[in-house]
Amino acid sequence: MNLEEYKGVYVFAQQVDNIVNSIAFELIGKGKDLAADLGTEVTAVLVGSGVKGLADELAEYGADRVIVVDDPELKEYRTEPYAHALSSVIEKYKPEIFLVGATAIGRDLGPRVSARIHTGLTADCTQLDIGDFPLNPVPGKEQKHNQLLMTRPAFGGNTIATIACPDFRPQMATVRPGVMQKKERQAGVKANIEEFNPGFTPNHNYVEILEVVKAVSETVDIMDAKILVSGGRGMGNAENFKILEDLAEVIGGTVSCSRAVVDAGWKPKDLQVGQTGKTVRPNVYFAIGISGAIQHLAGMEESDIIIAINKDDTAPIFDVADYGLVGDLNKIVPALTEKLRAELASKN
Amino acid sequence: MKVVVCIKQVPDTKGGVKFNPDGTLDRAAMMTIMNPDDKAGVEAALRLKDQYGAEVTVVTMGLPKAEDVLREAMAMGADKGVLVTDRVLGGADTWATSQTLAGALRNMEYDLIITGRQAIDGDTAQVGPQISEHLNIPVISYAQNLKIEGDSVIVERQYDDRYHVLKAKMPCLITALAELNEPRYMTPGGIFDACKAELTVWGRADLKDVEDSNLGLKGSPTQIAKASDKVRKGAGEKVALDPAEAVDYIVGKLKEKHVI
Repeated sequence: MNLEEYKGVYVFAQQVDNIVNSIAFELIGKGKDLAADLGTEVTAVLVGSGVKGLADELAEYGADRVIVVDDPELKEYRTEPYAHALSSVIEKYKPEIFLVGATAIGRDLGPRVSARIHTGLTADCTQLDIGDFPLNPVPGKEQKHNQLLMTRPAFGGNTIATIACPDFRPQMATVRPGVMQKKERQAGVKANIEEFNPGFTPNHNYVEILEVVKAVSETVDIMDAKILVSGGRGMGNAENFKILEDLAEVIGGTVSCSRAVVDAGWKPKDLQVGQTGKTVRPNVYFAIGISGAIQHLAGMEESDIIIAINKDDTAPIFDVADYGLVGDLNKIVPALTEKLRAELASKN
Repeated sequence: MKVVVCIKQVPDTKGGVKFNPDGTLDRAAMMTIMNPDDKAGVEAALRLKDQYGAEVTVVTMGLPKAEDVLREAMAMGADKGVLVTDRVLGGADTWATSQTLAGALRNMEYDLIITGRQAIDGDTAQVGPQISEHLNIPVISYAQNLKIEGDSVIVERQYDDRYHVLKAKMPCLITALAELNEPRYMTPGGIFDACKAELTVWGRADLKDVEDSNLGLKGSPTQIAKASDKVRKGAGEKVALDPAEAVDYIVGKLKEKHVI
């Protein structure tokens, strides 16, 4: 493998139902920073059926070039044709870096592609940098420059590791949604658009889609919320979430929850914050009746302001809370809602 | 029908996390368990055994002590256990791990391979799909329901806001979510039998069609540049107040930070 042949930062622009997922813009945003360090460009790889019209949006978020792989076989996500699309793009264009969102789709697609083209893949990265590997010179070992350094949590968020892929290309990573910043959208900016179709012939690896069942959800995506009012096991029961919904409504926030709440069946999984749920970083995170298991902390500790209410003063949530209140949430929360209602009413 | 389940022994990070006085993770003090998603995979296989008389084999790659999880799976009802262990396999990333397990699986008969979605120590969710690629069989990850129909498997595959009902011809590989089922307990008779059961132990020489250059630390494309314990932002203020004072306190902070 001649590593020098591999150039450019590529990102998988995930779309579902011909709507580009926010992760695509986040990857372009981070890709721009990496590309600036390397003196190269960002290419978005758009895969689907009838998706060419989405390329302009990717350009407006910063993609210098968009490669469109458009084929009826790609209408709904399936591992095999999507893996074929991406590995064909990689074989033809030889990117230096290839980023994929660590979404349910990306974490299925990434490993299949990396295994097909024989390169390394680092999962669920929360930080990406360009730097040297090894980080410091080691006698008798070549120090390579301009490597992608991929940082990720492991052991349930207890440790963090920085990983490199010095001898294989592309350097591949899946990137956790909600962590990288997208660039401001610039209306009217155009990119070079290139169509590429490697041919799709169904084989034994193509699975058949019998049915697509969409969850009916009217809730705001908790990853987009500026204020989250999050409840845990300490809420006691599903009905008691009413007091959180009242608080959220008054302060303009959204209700989320911990894993225990999902496991108990009180709230759906798309409201779950944490290692196996979503990573959030709102301006304000209320952790109410949440003890703060390490997996939960991993999903919310980057929030700007964390306010915790818990009756157990040894709860680990207090280790990350900016403001911790030891007390009875059933008394504090309704009173807080009323007080805020009065405060905000007097302002208007 | 033959089902092979890939399982992993992992440190128990849930609840039982222990720290050294200097704040680093005390791995020696942590218990090991069968990875929860893998256990759901074992349970799914055992249900196929109950329903269709499937033969269930569990395989793990690890240190010799990883035989504990094989015996646990056998005490739950698995028929055979295979331990893949060899010094040259150590330090493997997901590429080298999946190559190793694929090399072991090529020696085995299977209609269905089940892996857990992800292990709680690495959280990568990569090894299952990578094995399927090396074996050139279809993969369905994130299975939340599973049934057999003739020579095919029908799986509900979970995404963020939806699920797909997918049909794949066997042989194929599925990755199981802990939500797939409630794993059964080991039975006293099962524990007794599993303690005495003969395990198959394979080393490097037993792996089929795998190059040395794809195994262990040397065969791993990814390399660790740095590993450290996570530095958490320190605790802020913690107060115990009666409800009315608590409310004033929070409102005061929200004003101070210009939230309201």
